[in-house]
Amino acid sequence: MKMNAILETSAADCHPASVRDYTPLPELRALQLQRVQAVVARAWDHVELFRSRMDERGLVPEDIHSLDDIAKLPFTVKSDLRDTYPFGLFASPMKDVVRLHVSSGTTGKPIVVAYTSDDVSVWTSVIVRCLAGCGLHRGDILQNAYGYGLFTGGLGAHYGAEALGATVVPTSGGNADRQIMLLKDFGVTAICCTPTYFLHLIDRAAELGVDLKQLPLRAGVFGAEPWTESMRRHIENKSSIEAFDIYGLSEIIGPGVACECRRHQGLHIFEDHFYPEIIDPDTGEALPEGTEGELVLTTLSKHAMPMIRYRTRDITMLLPDRCQCGRTLRRMGRIGRRSDDMLIIRGVNVFPSQVESALLQIEGTLPNYQIVLTREQGLDQMEVRVEVTPHMFNDQIGALQGLQARIQSALDHVLGIRVQVALVEAYSLERSQGKAKRVIDRRTS
Amino acid sequence: MKINQISLFAENKPGHISAPARLLAQEGIDIRALFLADSQHFGIVRMIVSDWQKAAAVFEAHGFVVKVTEVLAVEVPDHPGGLADVLGALDGSGINIEYMYAFPYPRGDQAILIFRFADPDAAIAQLQTAGINLLASDELLK
Ligand SMILES: [Zn+2]
Repeated sequence: MKMNAILETSAADCHPASVRDYTPLPELRALQLQRVQAVVARAWDHVELFRSRMDERGLVPEDIHSLDDIAKLPFTVKSDLRDTYPFGLFASPMKDVVRLHVSSGTTGKPIVVAYTSDDVSVWTSVIVRCLAGCGLHRGDILQNAYGYGLFTGGLGAHYGAEALGATVVPTSGGNADRQIMLLKDFGVTAICCTPTYFLHLIDRAAELGVDLKQLPLRAGVFGAEPWTESMRRHIENKSSIEAFDIYGLSEIIGPGVACECRRHQGLHIFEDHFYPEIIDPDTGEALPEGTEGELVLTTLSKHAMPMIRYRTRDITMLLPDRCQCGRTLRRMGRIGRRSDDMLIIRGVNVFPSQVESALLQIEGTLPNYQIVLTREQGLDQMEVRVEVTPHMFNDQIGALQGLQARIQSALDHVLGIRVQVALVEAYSLERSQGKAKRVIDRRTS
Repeated sequence: MKINQISLFAENKPGHISAPARLLAQEGIDIRALFLADSQHFGIVRMIVSDWQKAAAVFEAHGFVVKVTEVLAVEVPDHPGGLADVLGALDGSGINIEYMYAFPYPRGDQAILIFRFADPDAAIAQLQTAGINLLASDELLK
């Protein structure tokens, strides 16, 4: 490792919590081992499902002698949370639990996650480190347009932003006109929301005659759904802000598991609290750095609900080498897709992110789309619905038909299969918590 | 001479035309002319209304995608061959008609044609030279 890494912020002038981002590696690994031993012991003592799975493998917590031994531990999967609904995976008595969050499932029971007061402090500290890494600090005015409530996004970002010392405007999701008014009137400098929602704000601001480029807004911290590099370029071009990718999931803690620094070359994982592994999603075997696979996370400090080797279903890789920013924290690549996102259409593998990239190639289109799958006479049919935005709208039928044909040909080219394209009215596609519902699968097998 | 026309994008589904009409009624905005241009899957609702600025604001506030375009309103002369005169004035002039539609004149038997030209200024000059009567928006909205 060359020593010419430039520290963009010296440890002294960022928030004190960020000092942890620069922990020397031997110290970080020792801390991880100590914490993983403690969390395994805690889960073994208090979580019946975990203990029975350890028993099946003939394992006891004392078998963890090194970080490599983590690979021996059983996986936890999302259905474990549903099957033990509501409180079956809790490792703390309710008197120590200060918060419950619920994430809605598309099918069946939701999942419940719990936090002790220490867990909330850890969560807050990782968000502080995320935001500090994005170059935000005391004096910034941060509009938090993640949904407040059962969803982890709103409150998670809120506590962290306050602890950073920023001025928080807790708008929650929805009411785009008011969001834009406050961005403008308050001189907001940073915004947190889903990338889809920010696209909507860009669009709406243009309709209202508000030029986002002229506002003090300089940073956007976007997460809760996968998004692409082309979407980042689109956002940055239209609004003159710096767009950061933040990653997290409720099962682990909520937002704040990992976040980009200003180098934008992968997301630093807060490894002192979350231990990452990459596995082959089919075999469960560990994969080396630089190889794409499913991200598996172990919480190192969670009390109320420790997660051991949780299979995130997110496909990424751990990046080799240290980041130019000087942080010792390992980075993961951006999540372009989830292992359960992949659609097989007439035998061809299709990812929604490919549709997004194809749409962004066409001037004037925004990636507000939805894929609808049906089966007719045994054949899969894929329809891509695209919302017509003011930029796309032309009051001549022929021009719109031309646009439809260009989208069609871009999609055929990128996906390699024939799809139908439908232009639909603005804001007509279903959204939840600001996240677009990308796929509706009506195929009955 | 130019008249501001409001266009909305609409899916071809039942009720997708009545919603904008209802909105305008609630706001006390009169619809002078309404024309639906449609393809198999989507349509464009074009309207000439008593207050286009207010209508555009109302539609935008309700999430519609709105476009305001300048059109010309031509009174078809009330004599045999009146329509031929209008079209004849444009023939060979190289002036492109992007689209047109018609509606009955409120005070009489003749029709009013609404034209969207690629170059409205050239069209105004050409029609006026030919003695064709173009309606101003206040006449149309009376
Ligand atoms: Zn970095």
